[in-house]
Amino acid sequence: MKNDTVNQYSRPWIAITVIVIGIFAIVFGIALSISVGAANIQLSTVWEALVHYNPNRTEHAIIQDLRLPRSLADVLVGASFAVAGAIMQGMTRNPLADAGLLGLNAGATLMVAVCFAFLPGLSYNSLILFSFLGAAVAAGLVYGISSLARGGLTPVRLVLAGAAVSALLTALSEGIAIHFQLSQELAFWYAGGVAGVKWSQLKVMTPWLVVALVGSLLLSRSITLLSLGDEVATGLGQKTGLVKMLGMIIVLLLAGVSVSAVGPIGFIGLVVPHIARFFVGVDYRWIIPCSAVLGGGFMIMADIGARMINPPYETPIGVLFALIGVPFFLYVARKGRRELS
Amino acid sequence: MIVTENLDIAYDQMVIVKQLNIEIPSHKITALVGANGSGKSTILKTMARLLKPKSGHVLLDGKAIHQLRTKEVAKQLAILPQNPTAPEGMTVTDLVTYGRFPHQRGFGSLTKQDKEVIEWAIEATGMKEFAHRPVDQLSGGQRQRAWIAMALAQETPILFLDEPTTFLDMAHQLEVLNLLEELHEKERRTIVMVVHDLNHASRYAHHMIAIKKGTVVKAGTPMEVMQPHIIEEVFGIQCDIIRDPRTGLPLCLPYALSRSKKEQVHHIG
Ligand SMILES: Nc1ncnc2c1ncn2[C@@H]1O[C@H](COP(=O)(O)OP(=O)(O)O)[C@@H](O)[C@H]1O
Ligand SMILES: [Mg+2]
Repeated sequence: MKNDTVNQYSRPWIAITVIVIGIFAIVFGIALSISVGAANIQLSTVWEALVHYNPNRTEHAIIQDLRLPRSLADVLVGASFAVAGAIMQGMTRNPLADAGLLGLNAGATLMVAVCFAFLPGLSYNSLILFSFLGAAVAAGLVYGISSLARGGLTPVRLVLAGAAVSALLTALSEGIAIHFQLSQELAFWYAGGVAGVKWSQLKVMTPWLVVALVGSLLLSRSITLLSLGDEVATGLGQKTGLVKMLGMIIVLLLAGVSVSAVGPIGFIGLVVPHIARFFVGVDYRWIIPCSAVLGGGFMIMADIGARMINPPYETPIGVLFALIGVPFFLYVARKGRRELS
Repeated sequence: MIVTENLDIAYDQMVIVKQLNIEIPSHKITALVGANGSGKSTILKTMARLLKPKSGHVLLDGKAIHQLRTKEVAKQLAILPQNPTAPEGMTVTDLVTYGRFPHQRGFGSLTKQDKEVIEWAIEATGMKEFAHRPVDQLSGGQRQRAWIAMALAQETPILFLDEPTTFLDMAHQLEVLNLLEELHEKERRTIVMVVHDLNHASRYAHHMIAIKKGTVVKAGTPMEVMQPHIIEEVFGIQCDIIRDPRTGLPLCLPYALSRSKKEQVHHIG
């Protein structure tokens, strides 16, 4: 074979395997997630409730009104945070990029708190818009602060600026929550991340997230090119500025909409793209779909875990992710120390 | 042919290049020489439309390059920047494959011709045995050749290379330069390279442009540029120019720092 060196380019078979197994895991996860909780429900009942819904049976009502939207939100939001992380890591060539670490989640959270305080009764549609704007302002702040520093942008500087901006915005959110006595309301909004998601919310957020996820797939090839560096990408004929702008809009949508629904969940966007890359290599045409599937899968598994650790109480899902995410962050930061600082 | 017209180039407010007028002759090898920080990379990047000039134009065959569609330019001109870095884990073959980007449409599946060009670029740079190794795990010289292979895979009539021989040992330096010479001879490609070794410039280039603080001190054949007073002005060293006994081309033998440079060095040290 003359061209045998070329055919190994990227690893589509591994990627397809990961995606297929991931989808099975998600379907299984959804079924499991519907059946476990304060009231355990048999899997056969779950199936019944989906195909022959009977509103008079409490179990069916729990499944349809609470557990199903919650499980679907898990998958959507997990996929969104993971893909947002993957895009950010590729575009900024920063292995530490994540919507949580770079302050986007904190910015979105602040705007949600502001809306609760000053614009009570706002429609969920508008809330999403504000959440998106909050993420955008935070991103602008982080980028501005870190590029002001002498020596320009480095991954670690970006993360430090992200931490500082996050701390500030989170403090402001908490200040607003306390002053306007919203702690209860906000805490409920974010309780256990996805516990409170209702069909009405899901209907509004799903189109946004699906559009953003499809957009990320369309942009994936350009993101691989950007991961070679701006100069090389431009030299190869890429419209670098346009790709970055579209990528940023997608990231802000994914993070902003997700935060508006389930609150700031960090680390999933940091960890999942690294796992995807481990399996499929450096091509974002595969990293992005794999991150979506793995992110959705992780999120639903974590949500099941959160309900099983200490029943009948729910362990906050953010705590679970931090337990995995913080050591992982330290690992990535250490591994790349020379290139990063 | 590439021509610059009254080019002013600045980073933010700091003007690096003022009123630059140079010509890059077609189907020849041109060497850009000058001290560190003299603006060689800046000029190269602007001519390749990676940087926008503050004012002035770069004309590619008479058309302003910054106005042309960037993908069309990428079919005409490939540039290898000074210190490119590949993402962790990207193999040499992956990297070279991206050189085909300007020729691809849509989601980028490879045609038979794409594969042949990739294969050829890997062979021509002597990277066949490293084809499946991650670029970030190669030595500096191997890495450099992988990037050159990517630029070659772009299959452009014009090739810009910023310090393609830095990090290479002597044999690999000659290998790269011989490859460029071959590309010029067989395929009449136009090549512009930044090189530090004046004797390499003299041996391989047909045209030399000596840059100091963003302006041209002298442009011409190696014979015209390699003169002691020009070298002294551009690099601040004193040298003898002798003839290469094999080729008859000028060779530079430095023997001292020029006086003003010596004072500077004493001042600093
Ligand atoms: N991105 C940048 N931002 C600000 N100044 C820069 C930048 N890149 C280069 N410079 C400055 O421009 C001048 C010319 O740099 P460069 O073109 O890289 O020189 P050379 O390639 O000849 O060594 C130097 O003084 C350098 O400090
Ligand atoms: Mg340079």
